[in-house]
Amino acid sequence: MEIPYTVSTRPDTGLWNAKVGIWLFLASEVMLFGGLFSAYIFLRIDAPPGTWPRGVLNVPVGTFNTSILIISSVMVVLAWASLKMRRYRAYWWYMLGTILCGIVFLVIKLGYEWPLDYVHFGAYIKPEALGKYEQYLGNAYAAEKDLPPRLEITGHLHNQAALKDPNIKEYEVALDPLNAYPTNPEVDRPHFFPLPVTDKIAKIEKEDVERATMFLPTHSTYFASYFTITGLHGAHVLGGVLVFIYLWLPVSKRLYQSNPEHLANRVEVAGLFWHFVDLIWIFVFPLFYLL
Amino acid sequence: MSLKAFHIVFIIFSTLLALGTSAWCIWVDLIVGGPVYLTGAIASLVVATALMVYGFWFWRKMKRLRLIT
Repeated sequence: MEIPYTVSTRPDTGLWNAKVGIWLFLASEVMLFGGLFSAYIFLRIDAPPGTWPRGVLNVPVGTFNTSILIISSVMVVLAWASLKMRRYRAYWWYMLGTILCGIVFLVIKLGYEWPLDYVHFGAYIKPEALGKYEQYLGNAYAAEKDLPPRLEITGHLHNQAALKDPNIKEYEVALDPLNAYPTNPEVDRPHFFPLPVTDKIAKIEKEDVERATMFLPTHSTYFASYFTITGLHGAHVLGGVLVFIYLWLPVSKRLYQSNPEHLANRVEVAGLFWHFVDLIWIFVFPLFYLL
Repeated sequence: MSLKAFHIVFIIFSTLLALGTSAWCIWVDLIVGGPVYLTGAIASLVVATALMVYGFWFWRKMKRLRLIT
């Protein structure tokens, strides 16, 4: 059976079918991501002072990944333009470039950025025990400087077993600079490059801790939103890469030889999806990395 | 909307992001100071300019392409 209107336009819509289909799909995607972004914004607005992590993501890595996605968008549109001009060889190379950009993005996101969060630990201290850990929190200094209160001690957890073993009564944490030197203004600032964990070890008694986890979705609404949105976005990138691989393989060359305009239309639809995915990232980057 | 129109929209948003990143770098530079933020602000401005130049180049090229195809 031949699918109609893959190249020619339908008389009633004035468009070929796949273009109508992709825009309907993208409209549903706008609602999906729009809901998630709205949830993030309202959770952030409503977060009690001191409970919203700031400056925990690596800005240079995020910037690099943003550049990769922008370059990939340029490449996919050049691939499509090459097909329109019937230059298959150029199309092949541009498409390969797009695929590689998508893979590099995913490797950095899932292979480098996410694991950095998994190894980081945070313990929110109970309100009545905050004074006991003043040397790590520096709340008197924070109040003096009109900074939000500090409720959490973060760093690398030395005794990972403490998370599961109820017989271990305390967490041993190699402190982040903010908790190691809480009155040093040099560490209490946004940093372009994240500051490394110090050698200073703190022992935090479990009975003083309200909740303690690694930097996972269970840590806070910030990380729950971060992993949900970037995970869903990553799944979209993976989907796009798989479609591009199909359009790049020899099977598509056969379609090009029989009906080049049909292949160009397929690439245009995939390119529209890819641009939407990249546009989502244009909003993700400032929301999570900068603000 | 065609791919070329959506691409131009995307480049506009990317340019705005680059300008926003530049503003963020300047803001952090005012609080923290340090050459890295000033460099970041300048680099972001350069990227924003490059994206604008590319956007115009692309628009003109696509106009020409439409005449060809």
